[in-house]
Amino acid sequence: MALHKAVTRRDAFALPAIGAAALMIAPRLAHADAAAVEAEIRKLYADRKPTDGRIKLDVPQIAENGLVVPINIEVESPMTAQDHVKAVHVFADGNPLPGVLSFRFTPESGKAAASVRMRLSQTQNIICIAEMAGGALHSASANVKVTIGGCGG
Amino acid sequence: MSTKPTPRIRVPGNAKAGEIIEIKTLISHEMESGQRKDQAGKTIPRKIIHGFTAAFNGKVFFEATWHPAISANPYQSFFFKAQESGEFTFAWKDDDGSVYEAKAKLAVG
Repeated sequence: MALHKAVTRRDAFALPAIGAAALMIAPRLAHADAAAVEAEIRKLYADRKPTDGRIKLDVPQIAENGLVVPINIEVESPMTAQDHVKAVHVFADGNPLPGVLSFRFTPESGKAAASVRMRLSQTQNIICIAEMAGGALHSASANVKVTIGGCGG
Repeated sequence: MSTKPTPRIRVPGNAKAGEIIEIKTLISHEMESGQRKDQAGKTIPRKIIHGFTAAFNGKVFFEATWHPAISANPYQSFFFKAQESGEFTFAWKDDDGSVYEAKAKLAVG
């Protein structure tokens, strides 16, 4: 209790300030970046280059809570045995790890669409790659501004 | 903190042949990312559900791989093209080796 009394008004203001500064630096110490995401994509598809289009990547522009950010992906495809979406991969370039998720679809899916909720530790880009049955790759990306990070500090 | 994960699923009971139906699933799980530290500064080991599969009459039609960036109590929605009556089996695979399952019936007519 004596310790509490010893804390002056000035100290009381200074302490949270240090904490806040530490929080701002902490995410910068260890997180993925665009190069890490590229490396992950290269692991999957080597030098194959994706083209834009066919993917509808639905994420909020601003996420108030980085712990729960909805993401909905829909890839345009007839979903037949010959022409369907095989896989979708999502990456984040500002999280501690670049991977977010992978989906595998089949013609029985009927529609190459799925939603989840993800964690984002800070404002960053979401990159989505779709692989078609014919081998074509498509990509899309979006930036999400995060007001409260979701990494549990 | 950790209670046994309980899956919850929402699947229409009936569908017309050829109809594309939406399936929504949710499972209670803390999805410990392996990035957090406890009060002593020690990293809390990762424990997440890393895999989800959806099968109809034994045939897998949708799969998801989840990384630690997936939120706690993971929600997953996806679609299925109804062709015949049968049963869905949904399975969630935990890092600790556990598999949580849920089933649902679909009548096509």
